[in-house]
Amino acid sequence: MVKEARERSVDPASQEMLAVAKQEGLETAWDRLDKQQPQCGFGELGICCRNCNMGPCRIDPFGEGATRGVCGADADIIVARNILRMIAAGAAAHSDHGRDVAIVFKEMAQGKAPSYSIKDSAKMQRLAEEYGIAGDWQKEEEIALNLAEAILAEFGKQEGPIRFTRRAPAKRVELWRNLGIDPRGVDREIVECMHRTHIGVDNDYVHLLLHGLRTSISDGWGGSMIATELQDVLFGTPKPVRGEANLGVLKGDEINIVVHGHEPILSEMIVAAASDPELEERAKQLGAAGINVVGMCCTGNELMMRHGVPLAGNFLQQELAIATGAIEAMVVDVQCIMPSLGGIASCYHTLLISTSPKAKFPGATHMEFSEQEALGVARKIVGAAVENYVKRNPMRVNIPEIKSECMMGFSVESIVEALGGSLDPLLDAIKGGAIRGIGAVVGCNNPKVKHDYGHINLVKELIKNDILVVSTGCNAQACAKAGLLLPEAARLAGDGLRGVCEALGVPPVLHMGSCVDISRILVACAAIANGLGVDISDLPAAGAAPEWMSEKAVSIGVYVVASGVYTVLGTVPPVLGSRNVTELLTKGAKDVVGACFAVEPDPIKGSRLMIDHIESQRRKLGI
Amino acid sequence: MKEIFVRLDRCLGCRSCEMACAVEHSTAKSMLTAASEVPAPRRRLYVEYALGQKIPLVCRHCEDAPCVAVCRTGAMRQDPITGIVDRDQDRCVGCYMCAMVCPYGVIGQQRESRMVVKCDRCGSREIPACVEACPVNTLIFAEEADFAEILRKDAASRIARGYSMRA
Repeated sequence: MVKEARERSVDPASQEMLAVAKQEGLETAWDRLDKQQPQCGFGELGICCRNCNMGPCRIDPFGEGATRGVCGADADIIVARNILRMIAAGAAAHSDHGRDVAIVFKEMAQGKAPSYSIKDSAKMQRLAEEYGIAGDWQKEEEIALNLAEAILAEFGKQEGPIRFTRRAPAKRVELWRNLGIDPRGVDREIVECMHRTHIGVDNDYVHLLLHGLRTSISDGWGGSMIATELQDVLFGTPKPVRGEANLGVLKGDEINIVVHGHEPILSEMIVAAASDPELEERAKQLGAAGINVVGMCCTGNELMMRHGVPLAGNFLQQELAIATGAIEAMVVDVQCIMPSLGGIASCYHTLLISTSPKAKFPGATHMEFSEQEALGVARKIVGAAVENYVKRNPMRVNIPEIKSECMMGFSVESIVEALGGSLDPLLDAIKGGAIRGIGAVVGCNNPKVKHDYGHINLVKELIKNDILVVSTGCNAQACAKAGLLLPEAARLAGDGLRGVCEALGVPPVLHMGSCVDISRILVACAAIANGLGVDISDLPAAGAAPEWMSEKAVSIGVYVVASGVYTVLGTVPPVLGSRNVTELLTKGAKDVVGACFAVEPDPIKGSRLMIDHIESQRRKLGI
Repeated sequence: MKEIFVRLDRCLGCRSCEMACAVEHSTAKSMLTAASEVPAPRRRLYVEYALGQKIPLVCRHCEDAPCVAVCRTGAMRQDPITGIVDRDQDRCVGCYMCAMVCPYGVIGQQRESRMVVKCDRCGSREIPACVEACPVNTLIFAEEADFAEILRKDAASRIARGYSMRA
């Protein structure tokens, strides 16, 4: 039992809970992965097509059977179409998140969403200036409304440009325009993905993939960036804050509410409602010491970096959290929420509460959230959790006493502040060689990789080799649990990076936020490139997604490469069925956008690919 | 001796068995690299489609196997103890007589050379790769008596369902 748990995760809290889950007969994602074995080879290789009802079709990868689908599509076309649809789904998820934030921002400006307010008006002013919005700065609501409308228009634009794409270095924008991949509008590119992959439309794999680049740029420099920027305006731009991470943040004597999913529009309100004196009083009446709100997945990132709210864990810990038996309510919105949660919750007293008008789950109680009455709904949700405390069975409570301290919340603004007002000290450290380069490590968990093993080992290797790591999403949470997000972790870094970290009092791994906040990394890359007077593809920088699994991660990987950053994937994308597509993604793209993908399941070898790339970039720059 | 049996009513036609067979007979034995190997690894069982049914066909390793009887070089041989029919690749001259007499058409050809390929029941593996890969237990590796029992239990439960509905 213990051995099996050790094979599944390197995180001690998760190992403990995996053993509990086994004992209790609970099924987890790891068990379901086992039951899926062997997984379909056609799917793994990306050579099955279900896009029309002449199919389903598949290509024989051994060249003996069918080499074309019924419509005549070969492996190249099928693989490229499938990847394009994955990009479309990923870009849609990020961008729809961005849209929701923009809508709340607009309603706030119109006075229709009284629970929200402007928390960072300086940032709003900067954005308004970027959009060329003139107005009386005394009338904040008016500026906000104009900005909201300008930003909402990005989604429905037909001819571009998307304003934030112009944050990229001029050379990069020029390259996109020359390639015809400068996005015209967020929604337009996603819709066009679906059109092009319909039977009998775009049947040229290069042409299909170029549109994939365009769509992903509309995500990274569009939808995701909109989400990040407006969340900062509405909820505050993150500043470094200390907090605690891992399942040990759950409290045995308090009402535990786990907020899980992605959008701070909801979770911010839950946090606010939980400090309502009436609810706190009721909690005490029922015998609880208080109300403990903790975050999970990207919601956890958002809450921790703005309020220091404790972080319960990353993607693969969502089922394990419920198995602690100590959760009164798990409140979810959208993305990366397993449909298995209702089943596990039904084995305990835990209420699974779905809130998004877009997302319902089996076994969940639906308490639909609305921007107009946000705080009111949040109070009801917290109230339901509080009342549920009496149903907790103390005999079944198993909270691992494991948590780590961490420092989170390095927005670009706060990095500049930590550096004393400009990026120059960082540029000097890179030029001087104390910092060899920047490694952006992001992405999900995937039970195909031992939980957190890929993340932690890749990051440790990078910092050991004096590469400053910027991190978001589930990677950041793995690093938080492993103690890598602390200034004290500088002792694990090489001498050069260690010196810089100790001088500034910052960790060698900078937590930059949730998965939409990879847009912060793009902004940082653009600023560094502009500072050095080069394109992003010239920087000593590399990206990695050691345990990726979601379609969002596909869109991210593609926009990072389209922005000029070499990217190492830790799990194999479903493209190997086409030699041409594989070749284009892993080699040919370099001649097109100045960067390409590599696939390396071993995190140590993956880090080596990144280090070698960074060193060769340094040689080319002559630094 | 255990045999590969097919529960003919279950096959969904996913061809996972064919994939697993080819991968098992590749050099690297990995799905992700097998597709790019030269010569391409060959499957040795076939999912066919007839009269609306998906029918996996796999060598029956017949007693007095006709493929063995017609082989003039002695390449096709039947192990007297296990009954497994396999071909010695050094002796095979690629005359394809075995393929012509096989009533199931499960003797295939290595495309890059004049050489036949057929089921070897996965040599050292405890469970043949095709059986392990089948996601719906269409393929069963069992003793004949055990397999008949599986079929009887299936039949009995069908009868019982019909009978209880009548009652």
